[in-house]
Amino acid sequence: MYGRNWSFRITWFRILLIMLMLGAVAAALYRFVFGLGAVTNLSDQWPWGLWIGFDLLCGIALAGGGFSTALIVHVLHRDKYLPIARAALLTSLLGYIISLVSLFLDIGRWYNFWRPFFYWGFHSVLFEVFWCISLYTTIQVLEFGDIFFEKVKFPALKKLLGYMMTPLLILGIVLPSLHQSSLGSLYIVAVDKLYPLWWSMIIPFFFVWSAFFLGPAMVTIEGTLASRAYGRQPELPVFQSMTKITMWMMIIYFIVKMIDLNYRGVFGMAFNGSFESNMFLIEMIVFILLPIFMYAIPAIRTKLWGVVTASLLVVVGVVFNRMNVVFTGMAKSVGGSYFPSVWEFLITLGMWSFLALAYLFIVENFSILPKEEHTHSTHTSYGTGFNV
Amino acid sequence: MSKSVLVDITRCIGCRSCMVSCKSWNDLPAEPSEFSNNWDSPGKLSADTWTNVSSYVLEEGDQLKWRFVKRQCMHCNEPACESACFTHSFVKTKEGAVIYKPTELNEDYCVGCRYCMIACPFDVPGFQWDKALPYVQKCRFCYDRTKEEGLEPACVTACLTGALTYGERDEMLALAQDRMSKDPRYIKHIYGEKEYGGTSWLYISDVPFDQIGFKTEVFNRPVTQRSIPSLTWDVLKWTPYIFVGWGALLTAMRAYTKRRAEVHNEEDLYGPVDPKE
Ligand code: SF4
Ligand code: SF4
Ligand code: SF4
Repeated sequence: MYGRNWSFRITWFRILLIMLMLGAVAAALYRFVFGLGAVTNLSDQWPWGLWIGFDLLCGIALAGGGFSTALIVHVLHRDKYLPIARAALLTSLLGYIISLVSLFLDIGRWYNFWRPFFYWGFHSVLFEVFWCISLYTTIQVLEFGDIFFEKVKFPALKKLLGYMMTPLLILGIVLPSLHQSSLGSLYIVAVDKLYPLWWSMIIPFFFVWSAFFLGPAMVTIEGTLASRAYGRQPELPVFQSMTKITMWMMIIYFIVKMIDLNYRGVFGMAFNGSFESNMFLIEMIVFILLPIFMYAIPAIRTKLWGVVTASLLVVVGVVFNRMNVVFTGMAKSVGGSYFPSVWEFLITLGMWSFLALAYLFIVENFSILPKEEHTHSTHTSYGTGFNV
Repeated sequence: MSKSVLVDITRCIGCRSCMVSCKSWNDLPAEPSEFSNNWDSPGKLSADTWTNVSSYVLEEGDQLKWRFVKRQCMHCNEPACESACFTHSFVKTKEGAVIYKPTELNEDYCVGCRYCMIACPFDVPGFQWDKALPYVQKCRFCYDRTKEEGLEPACVTACLTGALTYGERDEMLALAQDRMSKDPRYIKHIYGEKEYGGTSWLYISDVPFDQIGFKTEVFNRPVTQRSIPSLTWDVLKWTPYIFVGWGALLTAMRAYTKRRAEVHNEEDLYGPVDPKE
């Protein structure tokens, strides 16, 4: 296998992705020349919009698959999850790159982006977020280096990386734990601005915990997509056994949430019929309780459609939660209105297209997905019928 | 040694001299205004408008009361903007002003992330949305005038009616108490004395603060009296312990669960996928 040269097949779908990406690059250049006001609908009332809310906050949360799998596989040594470990690392790395790019696009004085490394505003949550994200991305690049040098032969470097792997792995779990939670802590300053159903002194716990239980669900989705795209057998047994982790973590999440609401005396706000309360109820019922039940019922859990649907709910639910924090929960107190402009959507689409392209290129050229024991001819039923 | 301004709502006649003098002292461009059905144009603070006077008509029986409120940065005692900024671009000076270093001291570290705007409980900082390399802008308490030239802030000097009084914060609090005790029309509340840990700008009024656009209650609860930095710090201070503790726990778990021989020969387990399949 390794003798194979670089390859990247071009299909219509990939051409579409490339065009979206180029469109985004053009829009981004325009933004750098003419300022944020020219391309975004942001305002003094809504200083943070789609790029921070979706690409950064959700991108990083969705990349949670990296650190939860690393913890399960490399710290707890549950080897049965090994087949999905590398794919999780890869998507996580790509997710972080997206987040860093969107952050870079979003900051007004971008040529100063390196300043926080030198001027320590350590009383700022953002400082912690910034350091952890940059360090963790570096670590993921190094972790990926281990895979990279399997193909690109460079024994000395690979050996060096081998020595560093244990501390890298540990740091690669500690750092994301810290900053997943501090993405939540970012909103502690928004006391009296963020709706009390979401604002809490333990919002950092909710963020890190949900990023963690999101991991297995995300891996399930990615694994299923990859298996469909390449006509492979999905790792169904692995997905199933992971549901237990997710389910129990979600149950704990739900209980802590209820205790927290009661403790702060805002439980009643969940039922006051306001827009916020309805969004909150949807979040809890559709995206927390429903998947818990689906995971709990064996007849659903053991079917591919069952795990995938429940996992999809979990993933969408975390996105929904982050959006509620960034938009729904802030709307009443900041006033005004915000809806992303076409350009904001275009740039976001372009960034995620880049992610898809990079993923396709890497799995087709590096050893990311497990080799299949059998020949693939029998699995045609999983093909999608369209070429990715 | 912390300076303060006492704003007496009862004395303000809404002439907007303060707005004009703020613009001219700070060389701020005028903003194109749109026609609107009230007297509040432009109506809000922005990067080019650091102070703004809004008007309120209150009905009391068959009487109409006009009240005018000058707004600007409150220059909090413990500013949320300062604690939020990760490049330390905002500082609370010992004179009381909260200044933005990139434009004030030429220390250009700001990355334009706008977290300060999320953090400010009074929604004060404005962003130069139309600039390629925008600054954050807000009232600077005329730091240049007061510190270097020993003058009062431009808006205070411009005020004809004595609605604005500049001085030490303790003295301004005492003055406020004094006026309140001499005249029963005043509401018994000094806005800014305790809100979010206290601010340098203080307000007294003869009509309830919530009727003239002040944030007194949020989500049916009184506004927070603790400073926002102290809330964040309550969470942030755990970072080093979590870092060390969680790291140690993970290392221990990894060592404990590590099997005698680590034999996943990863190179055999994984392979590139062939897109042509
Ligand atoms: S009012 Fe806002 S901008 Fe002004 S000092 Fe306080 S937190 Fe900072
Ligand atoms: S926009 Fe500038 S001043 Fe405001 S928090 Fe970010 S770096 Fe600090
Ligand atoms: S103190 Fe100075 S900068 Fe602030 S509103 Fe008054 S004139 Fe403007």
